[in-house]
Amino acid sequence: MQALIEIERLNLFYGSFHALKNISMDIPEKAITAFIGPSGCGKSTLLRSLNRMNDMIPGTSTHGSIKIAGADIYGKDIDVEALRKNVGMVFQQPNPFPKSIYDNVAYGPRLHGITSRHKLDEIVESSLRGAALWNEVKDHLKRSALSLSGGQQQRLCIARALAVEPDVLLMDEATSALDPISTLKIEELAQELKAKYTIVMVTHNMHQAARVSNQTVFFLNGEVVEYAETEKLFSNPQDQRTEDYISGRFG
Amino acid sequence: MNRLKNRIFTITVWTVALCVILFVFALLLLILERGFPSLTWDFLFGLPSEIEEGGGIGPALFNSFYMLFLSMVIAVPLGIAAGIYLAEFAPDNAWIAMVRICVEGLASVPSIIFGLFGIALFVEMFQLGLTILGGAASLAFLNLPVITRVTEEAIRAVPREWRHASFALGATHLQTIRRVLLPASMSAIITGLSLASGRAFGESAVIILTAGVTTSGVMWDFNLLSPGETLAVHLWYVQSEAIVPDAQQISQKSAAVLLFIVLAFNVVFRIPAWVRDFRIRKAA
Repeated sequence: MQALIEIERLNLFYGSFHALKNISMDIPEKAITAFIGPSGCGKSTLLRSLNRMNDMIPGTSTHGSIKIAGADIYGKDIDVEALRKNVGMVFQQPNPFPKSIYDNVAYGPRLHGITSRHKLDEIVESSLRGAALWNEVKDHLKRSALSLSGGQQQRLCIARALAVEPDVLLMDEATSALDPISTLKIEELAQELKAKYTIVMVTHNMHQAARVSNQTVFFLNGEVVEYAETEKLFSNPQDQRTEDYISGRFG
Repeated sequence: MNRLKNRIFTITVWTVALCVILFVFALLLLILERGFPSLTWDFLFGLPSEIEEGGGIGPALFNSFYMLFLSMVIAVPLGIAAGIYLAEFAPDNAWIAMVRICVEGLASVPSIIFGLFGIALFVEMFQLGLTILGGAASLAFLNLPVITRVTEEAIRAVPREWRHASFALGATHLQTIRRVLLPASMSAIITGLSLASGRAFGESAVIILTAGVTTSGVMWDFNLLSPGETLAVHLWYVQSEAIVPDAQQISQKSAAVLLFIVLAFNVVFRIPAWVRDFRIRKAA
């Protein structure tokens, strides 16, 4: 499989804290890559480096390179807004805007200059269908997004991310605030979406990584301990620490 | 024992609350009841009289609205812009911390200080005399720190998640402010504006010093350089200085009008926020 994201010797500091240590990896396109590891191991930090959301945390410095489709996203002439349009993100807590369902999904396209009602209607419908939410909300698109259940809100956030037609979708523990049934729906959705999108997910839940991902990366203290096909990593881990973690001895 | 304590506490809180509410309502009723029954259109829109009875409050009432409008035209854009700056762009350093303390301090400075500042600036330095312009600008200075503060607080109170969601969709900072932060903080900002307008409408010290205790004596005088006595000042003036025989009635009626308008502000300004909240809740 072709690598879409190439990370080379990435080091990241929060102030003087060395959060990511010399990370290099290739993330293949149109597949699900899961980042696992105990809290504070750097998996979310690496995820947020991929769309430069870490820029918003004062005192962060990043060294090394991350290339997405060949372009260095920390390069000088990179357009951060265009990068974030291309690399969508779904957060841990569902965070729809206090606007209608329609306006939530149309938010991104409108930012990027689409004003035609007809075109927006199309995008809203296809994005909501893409996020498996259309049938539940098509009759009340004008309702406030805050009236949806947690699981629906999270799928709305996925629809909102899809509406700007990204290539990459980052999911930062996107199911940790949801009930088991909603979690299952999101996992199924991720399985469908990987046909069109490159998905990188951070998860606390090892079973989730085992269920849905194609490759799994195990992080510990800011370093990559092991990166392998998911099946291989869980059935036959090469590193003792990986084995200890996935068998529940720590973390 | 704990249940008893709980009960006693609950009863105490309720009693105190009831007393406060009763007091406020009694005050409102007293003022409105004395003034309202004898209100006439002639009084509301008539010209004041210096010696005979039967004078109206027309020009003063007009000036109240006119000056409030002018002062808000100056203070609202500046205050909201300053609030946005402090909440979103200001670096986190000692200088900004000091600016913030100053804004906070200015928000609680007695209004007469702003009046003295207005005299120094408009009456003495610019040699304008007592004018509507000077009064409105001084009122704007009075409200500027309050509006700045309210805006900053309101924007800071917007959940971080919404801000992140917007940035993650490729929004610029400006787009995020315009499309997420301002709409989400609008009802808090509007509440602040309604408090500020009520304060400006009822303000007397600043106006007495910068716009005077007389009007030009004609209705609908939009001239910025006319003297600008407002209703609140008129109330003070008839009560303490005037020699008209019906000063007592005029002040009672003026008080009722003033009170009614300030109350109306508080209601009217909130209607958009209510509608918004209602629409969000209705959907829930």
